[in-house]
Amino acid sequence: MAATGYVAADDLAMALHLSLMLGRPLLLEGAAGVGKTQVARTLAGLKDTRLIRLQCYEGLDASHAIYEWNYQKQLLAIRASEGSEDRVFSEAYLLERPLLAAIRQPVAPVLLIDEIDRADEEFEAYLLEILSDYQISIPELGTITAVTRPMVILTSNGTRDLSDALRRRCIYTYVDYPDRATEMAILRAHHPGLEAVLIGQIVGFVQSLRKEDLEKVPGVAETLDFAAALAGLGINDLTADPVALRAALVTLLKTQADRAAVPVEVAQRIAGKAA
Amino acid sequence: MNVTRFPARAAGPAERVAGFLAHLRGNGMALGVQDCGLAVAALTHVRAQDIGEARLALKAVCSSCAEDFARFDDLFAAYWTNAGRERAGKAAGNDRQRSSQVSEQDGMAGAGRAERPDTDGLGEAEQDGIGRLVGSRVRNLMRVDLREVVAPADMAEAEAVAARLARAIRDRRSRRRIAARRGARLDVRRVVRGSLATGGEPLRLYAKRRPERPTRLVCLLDVSGSMAVYARVFLAFLKGLMTADAQTDAYLFHTRLVRITDALRDKDALRAVNRMSLLAQGFGGGTRIGGNLAAFNKSYAKRLVSGRSVVLILSDGFDTDPPAIIGAELARLKKRGCRIVWLNPLKGWQGYQPVAGAMAAALPHLDLFAAANTLESLAALEPELARL
Repeated sequence: MAATGYVAADDLAMALHLSLMLGRPLLLEGAAGVGKTQVARTLAGLKDTRLIRLQCYEGLDASHAIYEWNYQKQLLAIRASEGSEDRVFSEAYLLERPLLAAIRQPVAPVLLIDEIDRADEEFEAYLLEILSDYQISIPELGTITAVTRPMVILTSNGTRDLSDALRRRCIYTYVDYPDRATEMAILRAHHPGLEAVLIGQIVGFVQSLRKEDLEKVPGVAETLDFAAALAGLGINDLTADPVALRAALVTLLKTQADRAAVPVEVAQRIAGKAA
Repeated sequence: MNVTRFPARAAGPAERVAGFLAHLRGNGMALGVQDCGLAVAALTHVRAQDIGEARLALKAVCSSCAEDFARFDDLFAAYWTNAGRERAGKAAGNDRQRSSQVSEQDGMAGAGRAERPDTDGLGEAEQDGIGRLVGSRVRNLMRVDLREVVAPADMAEAEAVAARLARAIRDRRSRRRIAARRGARLDVRRVVRGSLATGGEPLRLYAKRRPERPTRLVCLLDVSGSMAVYARVFLAFLKGLMTADAQTDAYLFHTRLVRITDALRDKDALRAVNRMSLLAQGFGGGTRIGGNLAAFNKSYAKRLVSGRSVVLILSDGFDTDPPAIIGAELARLKKRGCRIVWLNPLKGWQGYQPVAGAMAAALPHLDLFAAANTLESLAALEPELARL
């Protein structure tokens, strides 16, 4: 994985390895912006296969996640009086949604079910059937069994507790904020152009910022944005230019209260310590 | 932490793994029979001789939530490396459990702690916000037993009052109707519009209904020394609120904050009381309202308090933290869009003025500040709460 620019902790690497070996879904939990979704993208890139993504939201139902009949087409067919019932409920009139698409790929895809905790509990229950048997039953058409087994990755931010039944079926890992060395490695992988000193400064800065009392703690994604912003502003030393530092802080602090909590002086002090 | 003896005569790796899973189960992790097979299968895919790899593999397979994940390493070490000879009293060290973030903050965790005869077994009960019964082996020294605090007669009445209040708060229906799959009325506009596509035949019937906007109730009960006389009736009150609505959340605080939702919801009344008394260590001690609100904001509020919440604080407002904290924390809580109701038993007293520093600091942030010294005054709240 390192080759594709994703630096994974041992826990995560092992969980991913096992989930591939045992053919079980992988459940990733952790704070926002620690790279949960990126795992799926990287895996898809690595296996050179399709990434099918299902973004969960409140009120997501089967017709959006699994399949839907193409009613308009069916009606047209009936109007043209060419369709008997059998013909209208056939493959030609079926609209694939992510879950159905995922089990019908000729090459096993990576199926990313993002932020599963936002979906309703009913949907979670529906997901259980698909995740354990890899089959979908459509009343009018019969049961569709998986052609290939997709590699399933679920992510959750913990806005709601997931059911035990779902947890039990998954390989679990908790993705935490990376430690200093790991984060530096991540930064190096994404921004090979940055100088080693600046990387050290950035990581030190962000890590001490995480210890401050903030409403929205900056994740790895924010660190990368911050580094990109600094590179764009042409800064080589965090302590050198307070105005530019202040400007680049917009990539790290995302609420008004947080901005107020870290005024320029504090930011400079932290930057000074990090250097 | 329960320590399982290492089965010295265990024959093969499979049996040892089975023993390990039993050990995890004994420590409260939810693992089924299938998981054992999965664990063995997982070990075949890694170099099982390498203890680090084996640990990571078993960790991924066996743990299923953030708490399990954090304490797995300790449990693993207790079983595989100590061979059961040492008591692995490290449960108190796993600081990552969600509830312990709360308890972490106070150095002086209540009066009950010093008298504890055996700190070893109890670490868990203390840490665990949901209050498992692990600590029941420990002698109940110097702790207020809530069985005496909650008398059955008062309880019934307080519960009835609470149930009425909960309904008053909760029943919120939107006035507007929205399109819905099933609903009382037809959405004629959409039916007609839809029928155009089918040549004037209303093939698809759309419905509409008034969506529910249930209000979520979050209760914070102060059980410090100054509130002790009211504690029993308030606990019963909370229980009434909880039974009226499955979404209600409840917390106790004194020097630290404890979530009692699950304990209060226990169907077995006696067991509920037992669990409560485990949770209420430090019951009757000092109060840190500001600090506890800060802890609440930092952990639970993020997940559970939204614009449709009503936060109910039952406290007399005598705070040992500086009043500035309580003001700031209430302001922060308020920003989540919730409504805050403060019920103060002292307010029912004649000539009471909210001059205590904390209470004065809190007042500007409250939507409702009311008396709560008798059941009547609680019952009188109903119309006020309905208006919130």
